[in-house]
Amino acid sequence: MTDFAVSLAAVSMIFETAGGSVHALDDITIDVRDGEFISLIGPSGCGKSTMLRLVGDLLVPTEGNVAVRGKTARQARLDREYGMVFQSSTLLEWRKVAANVELPLEIMGVPPEQRASRAREMLALVDLTGFEDNYPWQLSGGMQQRVSIARALAFEPSILLMDEPFGALDEMTRERMQMEVLQIQKQTGTTIIFVTHSIPEAAFLSDRVAVMSPRPGRIAEVIEIDLPKPRVFETREDPAFFAAVTKVRESLRGFEAFE
Amino acid sequence: MVQPAADNAGRPFQLPRRYRTIVSFSLIVIALAVLWESYKWMGQTTGGVWPGTSLGLPVRTNNRAMPHLWDIVAALFRPARRGGDEILLVTLLEAAMFTFRSAFAGFLVGSTFGFGLAIWFIRSPLAERGLMPYVVASQTVPLIAIAPMVVIWGGQAGLPTWLAVAVISSYLCFFPVAINSLRGLRSPPATATELMRSYAATPHEVLTKLQIPAALPFLFPALKIAATASVIGAIIGELPAGLSVGLGRALLSFASSFSSAPEKLFGAVLLSSLLGVLFVGLVALAERRLIPENRRIAEIPEFAT
Ligand SMILES: Nc1ncnc2c1ncn2[C@@H]1O[C@H](COP(=O)(O)OP(=O)(O)OP(=O)(O)O)[C@@H](O)[C@H]1O
Ligand SMILES: [Mg+2]
Repeated sequence: MTDFAVSLAAVSMIFETAGGSVHALDDITIDVRDGEFISLIGPSGCGKSTMLRLVGDLLVPTEGNVAVRGKTARQARLDREYGMVFQSSTLLEWRKVAANVELPLEIMGVPPEQRASRAREMLALVDLTGFEDNYPWQLSGGMQQRVSIARALAFEPSILLMDEPFGALDEMTRERMQMEVLQIQKQTGTTIIFVTHSIPEAAFLSDRVAVMSPRPGRIAEVIEIDLPKPRVFETREDPAFFAAVTKVRESLRGFEAFE
Repeated sequence: MVQPAADNAGRPFQLPRRYRTIVSFSLIVIALAVLWESYKWMGQTTGGVWPGTSLGLPVRTNNRAMPHLWDIVAALFRPARRGGDEILLVTLLEAAMFTFRSAFAGFLVGSTFGFGLAIWFIRSPLAERGLMPYVVASQTVPLIAIAPMVVIWGGQAGLPTWLAVAVISSYLCFFPVAINSLRGLRSPPATATELMRSYAATPHEVLTKLQIPAALPFLFPALKIAATASVIGAIIGELPAGLSVGLGRALLSFASSFSSAPEKLFGAVLLSSLLGVLFVGLVALAERRLIPENRRIAEIPEFAT
C-alpha cells in the first residue's frame, strides 16, 4: 500500500443538492505511482475536479477510501503533502509576487529570511526572477499561472494536484509551461495528478492517461504513454506521440458527449 | 494653454482628477445657489405663484422663509447673541467640534463593533442566522425614541454626556459596516479558501491572511456611510441630552427662533452638513492611502436585507 503515492479504492461521490442528488463519481479505483505524472481526461462534468478534490481532502467521498502515502487523505493534507494549482491562478491581489509565493511558508511557520530566499529560488525555477516586487495584476496570465506553480512548489509538497492549470493560456505559452512543469518534476520528483481537456497535452506530459466516462464518472481506460523521457520539443513530432494521441482520442470517442 | 497632443489626442481637454472633483463640486454648489436665488426672485416678482398661473409656490419666498444667501453668510459673521461679541461662525464651529468628538467616538465604536459582528457571523453560521434579523430590525427602531433612554442610562452609569451621545451615534454606524464587511469577508473565491485548506491553515490564519485583506475594499464605502450617519446620530443624540453645546443644541435653539432670525438656522444646517462632508472626506483620504486604486470599490453594493 505504501508503494503508491495515491490509492483510490472503490471511491464514489454523490452530491446531495437542493435539486436532488448528483452521482459524480462511481467506483473509482486507481493507484498512482510515486513520482508519476498521471493525467485525467474526460468530458466536461465527468468528475475530474471532484476526483482531485477527493485526493486533496477538500471533499470526503461518499463511499470508498483514499490513501496517500499510506495515510488518510486528511492526514496527508495536515502533513502538507499537497500542492494545488487551479485553472485561475488564485493569487492574492494585495500581496506582491514574492509574498504570494511565501504565503504557504508563512502559514507553515518558516522564518522570514528562509521564506524570502525560498521564494526567490522558486521564482527562478519558473523563470520569473526580477518580478518579486510586482503585484499580480502587473503580470500576464501565463506569468500569474507560473507564480501559482511556484507557490504550490514552495513548501516541497510530495504531490501536485493541477486542475486545468494551462486551460486559460494561449497555445505557445501553454507549450512552454508544459516543458517547465516537466523540468520541475524532473528536478523535484513530485508526483503530479493533472486534469486537462487537451488530448495532446495529456499525451505529451503523462506517464499514464486515465480516460473518464461521463456521469457518473468512471475510469474507462488507463492508457500507458510509451514515449521516451525526457520529453523534448521534438517529442511532438514523434510518430509514437501521434500514436498516443490517437489512442487517447479513440478511447474518448467511446462516449458521444465528447464530440 | 497648450494642450499636450500626444496622450490627449482626440479627447477633449481634461483636468487632472483631483481638480475635477473640486471643480464639479463647486459647479454644483454654484448651481444650487443660483436655483435658490432665482426661485426666490421669481416668487417675489410674481407674488408667490408660478408665473402665468394662480398656483401657489410650495415654499414662501420672503426673507423670513428664504433669506438671501448673502444674508446667511453675513449672519455667520455677526454676533450669535444680541450684545455678545462671539460671531455665529465661531459659535457654530465650537458646536461642530463638540459634536464631532461624539460622532468620531461613535464612528470608531460602531464601526469596530460592526466589523467584529461580521467576523463573528462568518465564523458562526448559527450566530448569523439567529442574530441577523435583530441586526436588521435594530435599524428600523426610530433613533429619536431610544436616544433619551441611552442618555438617561448613561447618566445613571456615570458616563459623561458626550459619551452617551457617542453610543447613540454608534448605533447608526455599525449596521452598514457589519453588512458590507460580511460581504467582503465572503468575497474570496472558493478556490482561495481551498488553497488555504490545502495548507492546513487554521481558521484564524484564513481570517487574517485571506478574509480580512479581501474585505478591506468593501469596508471603506461602508465607513463613508458610517461617517455621515455618525454625525446625524450625534446630532440626534444631543437633542434629548440637555447639553448647552453641540450642533444639536444649536439647531434646536435656532429652530425656535426661526421666525425672527432664519439665517441662524440655515447657518447651523450648513455647518452640520459641512461636518459630515469633511468626515467623509477624511475617510476617503484614508481609503486612498490604504487601498490601491484598482482595488477600490466605487459604489456601495446594495444592502442585502
Ligand atoms: N459541490 C458540489 N455540489 C454539487 N454538485 C457538484 C459539486 N461539485 C461538483 N458537482 C457536480 O459533480 C459533477 C462533476 O463535477 P466536476 O466539477 O468534478 O466535473 P469536471 O470533470 O471537473 O468538469 P469540467 O471538465 O467541466 O471542469 C458535475 O455534474 C457537477 O455539477
Ligand atoms: Mg473541472
